[in-house]
Amino acid sequence: MPIRCEIVSQDRIVYQGDVEMVLLPGVEGMMGILPHHAPLLTVLHYGVITVRTAKEEQYFTVAGGIAEVQPDQVTVLADAAENVEEIDLERAERARQRAEELLKQDLGPDPDRHLTAQAALRRSNLRLESARRYRRTRSGR
Amino acid sequence: MSSTREMRLRIRSVKNLSQVTRALETVSASKVRRAMQADLATRPYSEKARKVLVHLARQPVQNLHPLLTDREPVRKVAVLMISGDRGLAGAYNVNILRYTLQYFAKFEVPVAYVAVGRKGRDMLARRRKELLAEFSQLPSPPSFMDVSMIGRLLMDEFVSQRVDEVYVAYTEFRTMLHQEPRVCKILPWEMEPGHGNSHSVFTYEPDSTELINQIVPRFTAIQIYQAILSSQASEHAARMVAMRNATDNAMELIEELQLQYNKARQQAITNDMLDIVGGANAQVQS
Repeated sequence: MPIRCEIVSQDRIVYQGDVEMVLLPGVEGMMGILPHHAPLLTVLHYGVITVRTAKEEQYFTVAGGIAEVQPDQVTVLADAAENVEEIDLERAERARQRAEELLKQDLGPDPDRHLTAQAALRRSNLRLESARRYRRTRSGR
Repeated sequence: MSSTREMRLRIRSVKNLSQVTRALETVSASKVRRAMQADLATRPYSEKARKVLVHLARQPVQNLHPLLTDREPVRKVAVLMISGDRGLAGAYNVNILRYTLQYFAKFEVPVAYVAVGRKGRDMLARRRKELLAEFSQLPSPPSFMDVSMIGRLLMDEFVSQRVDEVYVAYTEFRTMLHQEPRVCKILPWEMEPGHGNSHSVFTYEPDSTELINQIVPRFTAIQIYQAILSSQASEHAARMVAMRNATDNAMELIEELQLQYNKARQQAITNDMLDIVGGANAQVQS
């Protein structure tokens, strides 16, 4: 019996389908969700979600968010999420450089700007790394 | 004849008018496209967020979070009514007002309003309704940050017990031709009717208080954001349709006036000729 998996980010549905297992990057470590899992509400960390169906595995980067688990359903509400196959490596690389440069400059006393730049750097590093590790097709490199 | 001159002027003024309505239609058409995309893009997220809130409210644990807790008795309610800043949008502004007033007419407790949009504020003020706050001139489409203070204000009113329930009155965007006014209770979050308490208790990771304190206010704000996006898409669609109808009517009117004008002009020429012929005949006879 499969479990329904839905991954939505703030501006679109990233994935929906019936799957065998979902691996989530919880704040307290990775967790595997199988059908009939007990209800759970968890905060997600930066990381990779693995969705396993009978035929294949798909990988999604997630930059924080929450996940709700019900016995027949996993819902991921991601702050940002993306299928690793869809990552635009050039864009991610440019974003990483931009964030690094920003961090070298003096950002002034506002701590928010510093945090935003750090978050951007973390996000682009995550995307680059996951694309390198999980991608089947190595296009654009 | 003075009437042909007047008619010419009238035709010209209707033509000018139709140019204005056509321009407004074009502007609204591009705005509705963007507003609609914004509305549809965030809908899956806000619907899932709403489901999580409902599931949380259904937990058999009492007092999980103030925003999820019912109060008895309800002494006062607040309504966020979302309208437009400008008119010329057909019945858009009037519809949401009429629907809202009708909805709350049956309430026996005082109702205070928070208005989004200048039109709504004016209409509510004219009817001497209590206004808590007003937000107008929002960007179109707004970012989540642009509207987050609206949510903060409503949650403040609720948590400080100045109001015991909060509703949102907005216009749901269905299609270009169909928008529907709706009223939705957003505080406290409640289980939907027909559902009992859920028997399955959530496990929380990391810690329940921290997690709930983090997501309940944010997901509530997202529901408000979604209502505003949907209303804006509805407003632009209503304006576009209203302006298209106005342009069509103007075109019809011009055609009709032109016909009348041509007839009047023909008549004048015929009369002139009759005069000349009559005059000439008279001279020949004398």
